[in-house]
Amino acid sequence: MATLTASPGKKSSHFGRTALPYLYLFPAFLVMAVITFYPLLYQVVVSFTDFQTKDLRLGLAGLNTGVLHWIGAKNYIDILTGGLPVQNFEFFRILIYNFWWAITTTMTHVPAGILIAVLLNTQGLWLKKIYRAIFILPVVVPPLVVATVWKNIFDDQYGAMNQFLTFVTHFFGAVDPVHLRWMTEYAPPIPWLLPGGPLPLAYYAMMIANFWLGWPFMVVVATGALQSIPKDLYEAAEIDGATNAQQFWNITLPLLRPAMIPASIYGFTTSFNLFSFVYFMTGGGPARSTEILVTFAYDLVRNLRLFGAAAAFAVIIFGISLVVFLITNRITRATSTYTE
Amino acid sequence: MATNAKYQNKNVIIRFFNMNTSGETAGRDLPLWRQLLLQLLTLIITLEVLFPIMYIVTMSLSSKTTPPSTLQLIPQEFSPVAFQQVLSRPTANPVSFLELLRNSFFLSFGVGAVALLVAVSAAYAFSRFQFKMRQVMMVLVFIPLLMPAVGLATPLYLLMNSFRIADCGKGIMAFIPITTCAVGVTGKVLFNLRDSLLGVGIAMVAGALPFAVWNLKGYLDTIPKELEEAAKIDGADANQVFFLIVLPLAVPQLAVTFFLGFMGHWQEFALPWLFLSKPGDYTLAMTLYNMTGQYASSVPWNRFAAMAVIVALPVAVIYIALQKYITGGLTAGAVKG
Repeated sequence: MATLTASPGKKSSHFGRTALPYLYLFPAFLVMAVITFYPLLYQVVVSFTDFQTKDLRLGLAGLNTGVLHWIGAKNYIDILTGGLPVQNFEFFRILIYNFWWAITTTMTHVPAGILIAVLLNTQGLWLKKIYRAIFILPVVVPPLVVATVWKNIFDDQYGAMNQFLTFVTHFFGAVDPVHLRWMTEYAPPIPWLLPGGPLPLAYYAMMIANFWLGWPFMVVVATGALQSIPKDLYEAAEIDGATNAQQFWNITLPLLRPAMIPASIYGFTTSFNLFSFVYFMTGGGPARSTEILVTFAYDLVRNLRLFGAAAAFAVIIFGISLVVFLITNRITRATSTYTE
Repeated sequence: MATNAKYQNKNVIIRFFNMNTSGETAGRDLPLWRQLLLQLLTLIITLEVLFPIMYIVTMSLSSKTTPPSTLQLIPQEFSPVAFQQVLSRPTANPVSFLELLRNSFFLSFGVGAVALLVAVSAAYAFSRFQFKMRQVMMVLVFIPLLMPAVGLATPLYLLMNSFRIADCGKGIMAFIPITTCAVGVTGKVLFNLRDSLLGVGIAMVAGALPFAVWNLKGYLDTIPKELEEAAKIDGADANQVFFLIVLPLAVPQLAVTFFLGFMGHWQEFALPWLFLSKPGDYTLAMTLYNMTGQYASSVPWNRFAAMAVIVALPVAVIYIALQKYITGGLTAGAVKG
């Protein structure tokens, strides 16, 4: 601290102290005002109009030229009641599926991540470093590549999954080659699993592919947390005669909680908006049964060109995100200060 | 160790599932049978992880553009054809591999660096100061984390598209929207911010910034406050504390945040694909995206796989090298307990 000399004005004015946080926040908010909040407001305004492709050339000034027609809440009503000129679109079915998808992926990734992290943390395990390096690979492969490759693996003609299943069933005496139409079969294999929406084979294919993609991140987080658990806790438990299983349930799991809850929520939100993976794996198909909110929003802009409805949809996603954020924030306290 | 002796008489299965989770109290003498069982388990997981990866590698080393008709996980041939083709002529357009690489690097590096620079002071303010509207401002910053970029693509497109430089003829330049050409004169557009790497970069910062703030705040929360209090007693003001104490301590996390951002932008294709029209501006990820078609039969599989390996390899190597720091960084905020 030798470099720090007492400055004469160390008792800064009241104004200086209250303004300081805002000064530190100023650059971020200036940038966000232009590229986040302004576009967001623009979306809100456009969502009440019948903005179409031809209106794109009006640019940003298009809103006050009087060309756009104000249609009130029609876009919102159309979305919620299924009045959009889009086939197989039911807002609440997509919403329920989206939550189901995010919850089920998180619920498979987190336990797998914890168990594999614990396994890799075993003292004296051979080749530990190599395993840690290999297990991280799914995190670094671009999602586009993951989705394209898995789509190929689940191909019904020559996909690796059907070949693998053929091999396994042959082993048990079956003759016919397995010919599951993973990506196109609409009939749900387990009809009662999700009320209100079918879960086609494509959902299970995506669960398998996304499992591959998702658990390594949870291992990374769980490993970091495992290594910060004080060793004397286990020694004390040992002396008190606790079994290894008891140690796992009473020491390891509770102490992993502070790290795993934010990680789970991070995983949940990532899965909830997993655009590039879902878009390339199934494109929301068959018949929009694996569509999530973001892929549908993209479809509205890119293919259907319903810009007004797309803006309303973006605003709805924003609202849902806000609710999810406020709930998860109560759990993780991500916005609390250090001092609280 | 004596602790293990207690369970020697138990069934193998039970003993296996009772495996010690702390990793320390078992001592170095992991019994051989348990070692082998654990090795078998890790081997199965390794196969699961490597299965799609070997699939890509095998295809990239094939000389045929069709996908393998039988399950091949071990390369049957080591043909460099696909890599050669991708490196010498990556797209149908006259654009070299090095140009694509340069564009990718420019975009990822620029977006990562700008986001970090802007985010760090905001993260510090959120971590250490109490002020009015704090909760509201934090929610405002974090919401875009949950709001996918796709939702803002159209307005961002229009926003960037409204900044243009046009040649109106007779040596007059127009900087739209500040100045425009005379009425009735359609200028020749020389530069459109939307159709440039700079414009895409600015749009991508919208997604990068909240992540950087979130990741840095979590880490700053773990830096002991005592250090700053000691500096304050020595007479440092708030700015000196930030620049001389906190920033140097946060360097590892700054590096990790930058790298995680870099990796995300390195793989980003949706926004650039929407914005850019000149092949000279294309990135590696866009080229990869361009190779995937609607149907599996239309994908040049060996070239796609070779490109995938080329795109993924650099970040994979850095990620594995930095793994320890990344782990620390991601969990830092969480385990402050």
